[in-house]
Amino acid sequence: MTTAQEHNGIGKDLIVYVCLLALAGVQFVIAYQNIDASQMLTRMLVVACVEAGLAALFFMHLWTEKRGFLLFVAVFTIAVLLGLQYGWTDSYRMVTGAPFSH
Amino acid sequence: MSQADLTIGHSTTQTLGPAFSIPTKKFAMWLFIIADTMTFAACLVVYGFLRNGTPNWPRPFHSITNVAIMTFILLTSSLTMLIGLRSARAGDKGAAFRWTMITAALGIVFAFLHIREWLELIDHGMTLLKNPWGTGLFGASFFSITGLHLTHVTCGIIALLVVGVRYKGAGTMRMTSRCWACTGISWIWFGCSSYRWSTF
Repeated sequence: MTTAQEHNGIGKDLIVYVCLLALAGVQFVIAYQNIDASQMLTRMLVVACVEAGLAALFFMHLWTEKRGFLLFVAVFTIAVLLGLQYGWTDSYRMVTGAPFSH
Repeated sequence: MSQADLTIGHSTTQTLGPAFSIPTKKFAMWLFIIADTMTFAACLVVYGFLRNGTPNWPRPFHSITNVAIMTFILLTSSLTMLIGLRSARAGDKGAAFRWTMITAALGIVFAFLHIREWLELIDHGMTLLKNPWGTGLFGASFFSITGLHLTHVTCGIIALLVVGVRYKGAGTMRMTSRCWACTGISWIWFGCSSYRWSTF
């Protein structure tokens, strides 16, 4: 991205801001829905992922960085975040599998 | 050395730049942000693990209105920071200072609401090791996670004040705005999750 492209004015930032507010509103609505916990968690996480992506790309200026660097940040971060997820199954074991869990 | 020229044979010349061809300071800032994201993510996973694996997890929050207001404030502060950055790029030092201070003020309001929430919980008898609603793990994990975020916000406010007062152009402001936006993203994830997973 060139410097000229970075000086697009406040319009794009405002659009992203309104989108983020709308997504936060969606999260608020989901929080009060009468659905089971796993469904709620899934929906909340999907909305939070989109929000975080938008904010990282436009509010943290990742979109204006070189594509190679954008890819590095995205791949590295996503890989580590996915790596952290391996513990969830063990947390279910704590509730249902271990003899001392109850 | 920022650039090296390699000459292979007689005619082929290849230019190698620094890593990813971005300035070192910017690269360092991104590495810091990535490392910070890992810290936040690890805390969130631990919180989720405990929440999931503990049958008597407390649910002291009956509403997430306060969290919604805090989210709104933090998102708005990210926007005001961007406006400040644009003013700095345009060379308008006065406007850059004003918007940076507005951002810092919004950060202070956020921190105030955060601390008020903590004080209410402490009033109800919640400490790091015990609470009246269920497992004692809740207090330790909730205070440490939200405390980590509050520490970031506090450091961010100090950085904003320093950057605003000792104005040194758009470069420094851009780096600060990146960090401040990171604080907002981490709140979307983890402030919201830590509250939501303990509501109703």
